[in-house]
Amino acid sequence: MNSAGTVAQGTVWALARGVLATLLLALAAGCATTNGGDARDPLEGFNRSMYAFNDAFDEAIGKPVSTAYKTAIPDPIRIWVRNFFANLGDVFIGANNLLQGKPADAVNDWARFAFNSTFGLLGINDVASEIGLEKHNEDFGQTFGRWGASPGVYLVWPLLGPSTVRDTAGVVLDFYFDPVSRHKPTDPRTFAIVLRATSQRADLLDASRILEEAALDRYIFQRDAYLQRRRGLIYDGNPPRDPQSLRMREEPRAEAGPAPVKSSDRLFEEPAAPVSVPEKRASNSYEPREPSNYPAVLAASSTGH
Amino acid sequence: MPMAGLKALAAAAAAAALLQFGAASAEEMLAADALVKNVTLEIVEIIKADKDIQSGDRKKVVALIETRVLPHFNFHAMTATAVGTNWAKATPEQKARLTEEFRTLVVRTYASSIAAYRNQKFDFRPLRARPTDTDVTVQVRVLQSGAEPVKIEYDMEKTARGWKVWDVRVADISLTATYRTEFAIVVRESGIDGLIKTLRSKNGSAADPAPVAGRG
Repeated sequence: MNSAGTVAQGTVWALARGVLATLLLALAAGCATTNGGDARDPLEGFNRSMYAFNDAFDEAIGKPVSTAYKTAIPDPIRIWVRNFFANLGDVFIGANNLLQGKPADAVNDWARFAFNSTFGLLGINDVASEIGLEKHNEDFGQTFGRWGASPGVYLVWPLLGPSTVRDTAGVVLDFYFDPVSRHKPTDPRTFAIVLRATSQRADLLDASRILEEAALDRYIFQRDAYLQRRRGLIYDGNPPRDPQSLRMREEPRAEAGPAPVKSSDRLFEEPAAPVSVPEKRASNSYEPREPSNYPAVLAASSTGH
Repeated sequence: MPMAGLKALAAAAAAAALLQFGAASAEEMLAADALVKNVTLEIVEIIKADKDIQSGDRKKVVALIETRVLPHFNFHAMTATAVGTNWAKATPEQKARLTEEFRTLVVRTYASSIAAYRNQKFDFRPLRARPTDTDVTVQVRVLQSGAEPVKIEYDMEKTARGWKVWDVRVADISLTATYRTEFAIVVRESGIDGLIKTLRSKNGSAADPAPVAGRG
């Protein structure tokens, strides 16, 4: 435990120095905007430097350490570690649900904490999920969003990764109330912080590999995924439908030979029921309702920089 | 198992539709949520029974996707949605090539997701739609210990050949919306042909697991 704590502390120091150096570099390079020209991301130059730093850090430390962790530590123990930290998180997930005016969800979260801390042996077993108390995902950034705060510009922070102005404010509060980073004395705290980070990174190993395979430009892919994800979380998984993802309707049927000359592009036989939204069927167009980032998308797709 | 029957049904429905619009009734087709459930459970069964797939046999995974999953996807619609407003500028030939390349890209990504499957449990949500609806979203949640469930949503459209998926959202992240910005930038810089070329070179590195460097 002690040696692990020392190693962890050394890592934290090396890390802090790396962060400083990169920050200075990025600032020296200036916040030059690159050719993205996306209205949601005016600091793309800075963000890309941070992204590059995070990526390098992850390649050098994050990925190897978490891969070793995943290989060396048996599944059940890793699940205990994940559950232990997840359980501590439930306290402020509940608080945020309360702040968002969802007392029933807050009670659910605190009941989870009560069950898991006792019957779940200090949280290492997620017994609450088994009896139907589902885990939620809440933080102060989401609470601010729920209160109506707009996300502001996209930001990438060293080590913390993708964020926005709103979510940055949220993360400051998350850290402030985080039982792990408040824990004293500092030796076990450092160990706990590194262990939690390792555990979380290990859980994301598959996802990050998929990101690498899927993206043409991982920075943009990550940014757009992050913004969509946060939007979804603020609406607790039921965001208003984003017209961006509404289906284009100009094309002929897929894999079915030449296009029919029919003006209608419907592939099925019955006329659309009155309940289905007719304006969405307009040929080669989106639903008129504008999403908050629609101007940005338009700008990104039509303006030359 | 039900796939053979399903294919026959789809074929029958298509044939019927060719003869007469309106011949394929709702009863002839599997409901969208039932289809998703069948296909998902079937794939899980296959993965569980196949040691090669579990140890990461890429070829087998891709074959599994090609035969069991892709027949239920409308890649033309998916590609059009991902390309967005630029789709109208593409010639039919460009559209066909874009669709082909995008299809390959999605298969690769899907293969990685399947390889990452670790006995998670699924929660198939009841479909909230009227029987007459022709556009539905089917929701499946992946349950895991110590984390909130991960939601997967399939946007599906009813066609004469059964329900077809045209967008997938994982944890509210839409496949087509996420590619849209990337595609728009490439098209702006190097046109539709540039996008085809970019996708092709991306797919060309399929065997190479090394990350593709980001721009800038």
